Amino acid sequence: MGQRELLEMTNLTKRYRIGDTDVLALDAVDLVISRGEMLAITGPSGSGKSTLMNILGCLDTANSGSYMLAGEDVSKLAGDQLAAIRNRRIGFVFQNFNLLPRLSALENVELPLLYAGRHDARTLAHAALTTVGLADRTHHEPNQLSGGQRQRVAIARALVTDPAIILADEPTGNLDSQVGRDILDLFHRLNQAGSTIIIVTHDHEVARHCGREVQLRDGRIVAEVQHAPQHQPSTTKEATAAA
Amino acid sequence: MLFWTTIKIALRSMLANKLRAILTMLGMIIGVAAVIAMLALGNGAKKRILGWVSRMGKNTITIFPHNPKIAPVLNGSADPLTIGDARAILKIPHVKYVSPVVTAWQPVKWGGNFTTCNIVGCAPTYIKIHDFKIQNGAMFTDYDCQDIASVAVIGPETAERLFGSQDAIGRTITVSTVRFKVVGVLVPKGRHGWFDPDNQVLLPYTTAMTDLMGRLVALNHIDLQVDHAANLNRVQAAAQNVLRLNHSLIHGDEDDFWISNQLQVLKMANRIGGAFTLFLGAVAGISLLVGGIGIMNIMLVTVTERTREIGIRKAIGARRRDILRQFLIESMIISLLGGLVGVGAGIVAAHYVKFRSFSGHVEPSMVFLALSISAAIGIFFGYYPARRAAALNPIEALRYE
Repeated sequence: MGQRELLEMTNLTKRYRIGDTDVLALDAVDLVISRGEMLAITGPSGSGKSTLMNILGCLDTANSGSYMLAGEDVSKLAGDQLAAIRNRRIGFVFQNFNLLPRLSALENVELPLLYAGRHDARTLAHAALTTVGLADRTHHEPNQLSGGQRQRVAIARALVTDPAIILADEPTGNLDSQVGRDILDLFHRLNQAGSTIIIVTHDHEVARHCGREVQLRDGRIVAEVQHAPQHQPSTTKEATAAA
Repeated sequence: MLFWTTIKIALRSMLANKLRAILTMLGMIIGVAAVIAMLALGNGAKKRILGWVSRMGKNTITIFPHNPKIAPVLNGSADPLTIGDARAILKIPHVKYVSPVVTAWQPVKWGGNFTTCNIVGCAPTYIKIHDFKIQNGAMFTDYDCQDIASVAVIGPETAERLFGSQDAIGRTITVSTVRFKVVGVLVPKGRHGWFDPDNQVLLPYTTAMTDLMGRLVALNHIDLQVDHAANLNRVQAAAQNVLRLNHSLIHGDEDDFWISNQLQVLKMANRIGGAFTLFLGAVAGISLLVGGIGIMNIMLVTVTERTREIGIRKAIGARRRDILRQFLIESMIISLLGGLVGVGAGIVAAHYVKFRSFSGHVEPSMVFLALSISAAIGIFFGYYPARRAAALNPIEALRYE
């Protein structure tokens, strides 16, 4: 793995058993993501994008194939080792924000640092909330914040540990279009500041904001699309991997 | 820092479900209060018994005329205890006072008043051995014993029953059919269960034996006082030798008498009191167990309700032990808070609830014990729910609605 590659999946396969039938959720997926990329993973439901996201986010492991993340083979890890990788390397942003209801914005953002055992949690959490433009909302609880603000808190929580990748699952799915655009702008700013961002979405509008779009169907990558930066018409190139 | 955050989350989730938290705690409160109250009551009873034993004189030894080991019931075959035995015992070193004692349950009359009480024939030393004081008049003397004088010292309760508020000294009472002049009244000691030292009549043992009981030899017991507690066992052994010699017992014969010293009685009272306390505590402990099951139940509900939260925590890097610790801390907070309130309630209960003549007596060790048990229950009954939470799959937990 070269200097620029942050993440490399090779021949990754994941099978589920639902009742009596085997479902091949991921079928020999190869994926390389470079440091500083902003990437969209798209596909219809049942295409395996949730499975891919879970494995990318180290919530799950594949049956076979390898997954190198920031120079570390994480495909054979389990349990608490995966938890440690998630804590250090991954920042999650969810469609429904997934903040802890009874904690303030600041405490929500602090939490991953506390699990990491860091003593500068408060300072870093403040800085992260300032980055997402919520320096004046630190002591509000989630139910006192708007949807967009909640998602900003979630993004602050994702970036506070300075992770290798920020992994966002339909981050604008529960927001109206204007707020959604603001959130995408925030991702752009973070990306320009050096963060690697992966957005899993079925929304092509969202995908167009990303430099690269990986299209998934039936557990395979069927196309890769390079988008011109910032709202420019995109050029399409069929992936040769699709057979 | 994570620790304080965990406690804060636990407290907030309890505040969000106040009624549930209170009801769960109520189980612990009742359990701990019951344990404290019962232990205190048992302890109070023990203290009462010990107090009673020690108020009946310091460093005393009592010799009975029959050995329960060989003859559970008095049967005439043994040599009786005699005045001679008592005199011989007086010669043993470290013996301060000796009194032969004969007792009977007899009616006592004065004017139209009447009471039935314990009649004790004894030597003047009897009140010193058993730590009685005279409030009015004086104790009868050794001369009275020699002269077989018809004089009596009566308990304050007896005086009250016979004479009411009138002065008893110098009046003549009738015990059974024999008349005695009252020469002294005892200071009250307080009633102790079935035995009332304040309602008795003390007579010279010679008079009691000759005039009242119609026997001139057999004593009911010999009471003695030793100069120091350290000499109790030595004096007991010496008395045993003296009596065996007097009763012509040869090697291999069992004693035909029984010696009990106060230390042994205290020890036994302590043991019985301890067992009683333990029994009461164990019965109350069952309610604590029920409280613990209540905690487990509520924690299982809590874990299910907060599945999504657990998923979020795992996604951002909480390890199994982080989740386990969080829910253990929560269950411990419930059990410890319940325990604290329970201790308070138990102390109040022990203070106000009186059972017959004894009341509860709380000791710091009981509070410590109750709180330790509460914490242990929190951990024990919280462990299974916490382990379930820790074992949740993060993907499924995140998907949980």
